[in-house]
Amino acid sequence: MIPSAFDYAAPNTVAEALSLLALAGDSGKLLAGGQSLIPVMKLRLADPQMVIDLGRVEGLAGVREDGDALLIGAMTPHHQVATDPLVAAYVPLLAKAAATVADPQVRHRGTFGGALVHADPAGDLPAPVLAAEATFILAGPGGERRVAAADFFQGYFTTAIAEDEILTHVRVPKYTGWGAHYEKFTRVAQQWSIVAVAAMVRVEGGTIAEARIGLTNMASTPVRATAVEQALAGAPLTRDAIAAASSHAAEGTDPASDLNGDAAYRRHLAEVLTRRAVVTAAGL
Amino acid sequence: MTTAEVGRARLRKEDAHLITGRSRYTDNITLPGMLHLAMVRSPFAHAKITSVDVAAAKSSPGVVAVLTGADVAAEQGSLPNAWPITPDQKAPAHPAIAVDEVAFAGEVVACIIARSAAAARDAVELVDVDYEGLPVVLDLEEAAKDQVLAHPGLGTNKSATWVFDSGEAGTGKPIREALDGAEVLIERTFYQQRLIPSFMEPRSTVVDPTGEQITVWSATQIPHILRLMLALTLAIPESKVRVIAPDVGGGFGGKLQVTPEEAITVLAARHTGKPCKYTETRSESLMAAHHGRAQVQRLKLSATKEGIVTGLDVSLLADMGAYLGLVTSGIPILGAFMYNSIYKFPAYRFECTNLFTNKAWTDAYRGAGRPEATFAIERMMDELAAELGLDPLQVRERNWIKHEEFPFTTVAGLEYDSGNYEAATAKALELFGYDALRAEQSRRRETKDPVQLGIGISTFTEMCGLAPSRVLGALNYGAGGWEHAQVRVLPTGNIEVVTGSSSHGQGHETAWSQLVADKLGVPFENVEVLHGDTQISQRGLDTYGSRSLTVGGMAVLAAADKVIEKAKVVAAHLMEASEDDIEFADGRFSVKGTDQSTALGEIALATFSAHNLPDGFEPNLDSDATFDPQNFSFPHGTHLAAIEVDTETGRVSIRKYVCVDDVGVVVNPLIVEGQVHGGLAQGIAQALYEEAVYDDAGTLVTGSFVDYLVPGAPDLPHYTTARTETPSTTNQLGAKGVGEAGTIASTPAIVNGVLDAVRHLGVKDIRMPCSPSRVWAALEEAKMTGGVR
Ligand SMILES: Cc1cc2nc3c(=O)[nH]c(=O)nc-3n(C[C@H](O)[C@H](O)[C@H](O)COP(=O)(O)OP(=O)(O)OC[C@H]3O[C@@H](n4cnc5c(N)ncnc54)[C@H](O)[C@@H]3O)c2cc1C
Repeated sequence: MIPSAFDYAAPNTVAEALSLLALAGDSGKLLAGGQSLIPVMKLRLADPQMVIDLGRVEGLAGVREDGDALLIGAMTPHHQVATDPLVAAYVPLLAKAAATVADPQVRHRGTFGGALVHADPAGDLPAPVLAAEATFILAGPGGERRVAAADFFQGYFTTAIAEDEILTHVRVPKYTGWGAHYEKFTRVAQQWSIVAVAAMVRVEGGTIAEARIGLTNMASTPVRATAVEQALAGAPLTRDAIAAASSHAAEGTDPASDLNGDAAYRRHLAEVLTRRAVVTAAGL
Repeated sequence: MTTAEVGRARLRKEDAHLITGRSRYTDNITLPGMLHLAMVRSPFAHAKITSVDVAAAKSSPGVVAVLTGADVAAEQGSLPNAWPITPDQKAPAHPAIAVDEVAFAGEVVACIIARSAAAARDAVELVDVDYEGLPVVLDLEEAAKDQVLAHPGLGTNKSATWVFDSGEAGTGKPIREALDGAEVLIERTFYQQRLIPSFMEPRSTVVDPTGEQITVWSATQIPHILRLMLALTLAIPESKVRVIAPDVGGGFGGKLQVTPEEAITVLAARHTGKPCKYTETRSESLMAAHHGRAQVQRLKLSATKEGIVTGLDVSLLADMGAYLGLVTSGIPILGAFMYNSIYKFPAYRFECTNLFTNKAWTDAYRGAGRPEATFAIERMMDELAAELGLDPLQVRERNWIKHEEFPFTTVAGLEYDSGNYEAATAKALELFGYDALRAEQSRRRETKDPVQLGIGISTFTEMCGLAPSRVLGALNYGAGGWEHAQVRVLPTGNIEVVTGSSSHGQGHETAWSQLVADKLGVPFENVEVLHGDTQISQRGLDTYGSRSLTVGGMAVLAAADKVIEKAKVVAAHLMEASEDDIEFADGRFSVKGTDQSTALGEIALATFSAHNLPDGFEPNLDSDATFDPQNFSFPHGTHLAAIEVDTETGRVSIRKYVCVDDVGVVVNPLIVEGQVHGGLAQGIAQALYEEAVYDDAGTLVTGSFVDYLVPGAPDLPHYTTARTETPSTTNQLGAKGVGEAGTIASTPAIVNGVLDAVRHLGVKDIRMPCSPSRVWAALEEAKMTGGVR
């Protein structure tokens, strides 16, 4: 478990980090919490020549309000996302999802931005971010650009971020009057999701006014369960209606088969977990 | 003997250094000028090695040498198998570094020796090996057909076939009669999946070749056996080899081995004349340290309509993997005597075929043969109960040996000295709340609750205390089963205990101190236990098979008895009394009928000074003893599990787990509790979580702990543990052994519980591990075949 030799730099500003990244070209790698990068380096599945540590870059960690949205810094550790009062007040879905990541050690080192850029299909943050319709703020040599979550996740471990860009913040709209739940299914407590469902529901009187559902590990990227969302919109707030809507959960998905279950099992889980997530999110 | 210490839940004296980081594991050892090794391993499961080009690796910075199989072919010998179970057993040669063929993915093909671990690792990539792929055989049932051979040179995949037949052995009736005359015949096939021992400390070896001696530090369970085997394998005089097992972080049988890596580290030290260290990575450990279980069990059980078992026919295929390790071939045989378990049916036949495959070698893993046997019989008892519509407990009661029937000679030919299955079961039922749970189970069935409840039962026994040397001899095992100890009385009265049974997490230092403190009447703190170094503990057969207390502990007590006898002579002399009048109690020797007495410590000092000793008395009280047990010991117990199955997702949860174990007299309840907890965790892991999976090419898919699921504390239930105490009659303490009990008992308890929860939905069996996807698939299949009864 010894990585190949590499050079290490710890810039203080985004500008410095960007110029180091430009200098290193495709042999450079940004280091956030290291909870995904270091293991792959130790297994020699990656051997960057230059590791650029974002740990000292100012202004990248923390959560703050930005009008009708929250700005979550890329370097905010999972633990902070899970316990931050602003997140709890406006996008509890993210807090709930972050709390299911691994164990306390990993949650204190691993970062929100790192997990999103890593884009593991079984990772727990992409689907909630997609469901919450967040926007990714990227810094690059040509300045800043913004990418909607729906365009950010492009494939298996692949995102819209270019090699010379840095994710600085994620902008998440504030949700008031919404219930949320992240239903994660694993075999052991500390495991990536076999399937998970991120649900946000707005209830008005006895009906479901709106729902946003994101699915984890049902394709090479997180996916929105749009058929479920449509079926839920305007549906009565009953278990039966939710169950009926949830039966559409696997539509349009393309889950993998692995040791934890085949695609058919995952499709089935998506339905069961969607029903459970929505029931809990709606406070039934 | 007073019993102030035996039975006391003392905190372990070894824990202070282990949990404050003052431990010394092999990898912590750094010697001046030490070189580091890294292994080049085959990525292919079966291939001819056509060339190994080490030129680039040799010129890599920091590299001192590179060893290939060809380089060491003349001196590396063949790694030992000490248990040829039949005279015609077949086995391929097992070179530490493969020479012209590799037979599993992970086998060592070259070794880098460098000035730093990083330099060694860097050079691994630079070794260019040309392989010519050969067809692989991975599945046991395929291997039995001999169409693809794991070792073409052997001409067959069959290593040996071993048979026990109660008719032929004269221990019971012929099985044919029982099966032919069966009122009820249950036939099942069970799969014991491949498991990886997953000890916490990876294997590590340091070899210092300087001076006259070769000193080997290794993360091993078996310093004494390793010393002998390294000497024999590498043709080094045994007297020149010293093996030290420093702090060792778990083994579970996985470090009961003489490994290629240990031999290679000795060879590397010999070639360079420098100290060498090898520490494996976790990935290497998972792929190349020996695995366990891996059997197909075909069973036929005959019974009467009342549920009285009349016979059991067992036919096994056992996966050796690519090579025979130290005791690989004997592992299924250790189970052969346990299929009848606590039951007294009259006819039994066991047949096992050991097969080679192109997977990692297998060998001992906690329980070694007995978990497989216990699983099979306990599953079959439940199947019989289900077939007859009887309560599974009732079926067990109708068949088990009653407490007044001990000693009892079983159909497998063992003599069980003691046991009380009724008592353990009664206690377990009370703690469990059996009737209330059964009532809840019916309610859930009636209301078609998505979460169904099942009750899993396992009434088990096992044979511990490996082993009477004569029995091992009869089974053709290469060594005896005795253990050695020395008790030394220092001039200050402090005691040194040298034990051949060295601890790798079990707590021997504490338990042995308790034993000796009581025996000699000295304070616990005054006893020091020395072990794990062949220069300090010259004789021993090491730690495995739940043997330490029942064999090693008895050697300690026997040596302490001899100390008392010796001291008595001196006491009589000093107090001018007859030896017959000397009594020993609480550390003092007194003259019967007088108030004259003297303490052991005073006698120790007098013996040391030797000013006034009886004629011819050697001036020390030190004593040696070697204990060879006359019989095994037979712990038993009743384990009950309340299992919830979420029929929507297939998830299994353990709601309640009650175990009542009878391990005889307990020296330290805290240590026993720890062994039970750890054992349960590993048994539950087999039932629900762990499996070593290979792809079709023979590459290990579960190559890291991301995929090989070892459960952690959050995944395991609270255990309700209790004990009954039926002393063993075969050793002076009445102890039986506890190291493997939990692992053996819990696996069938869980699986029986899972099936009990879903049997009414038409599910007949689920392969281990009972993962959510497998449970769900079984439920779906039952739905499709309309299996609802
Ligand atoms: C034992 C263990 C268990 C885990 N279990 C889970 C789990 O259950 N669920 C889950 O979701 N995750 C899990 N993880 C992963 C964890 O969430 C990681 O923290 C996360 O995937 C990566 O975040 P990081 O900050 O550690 O990123 P790093 O490992 O440092 O980086 C990951 C990748 O992102 C890039 N990167 C990082 N930051 C930026 C940035 N600001 N801009 C551009 N690129 C960037 C890096 O170059 C690298 O390619 C687990 C990890 C471990 C070690």
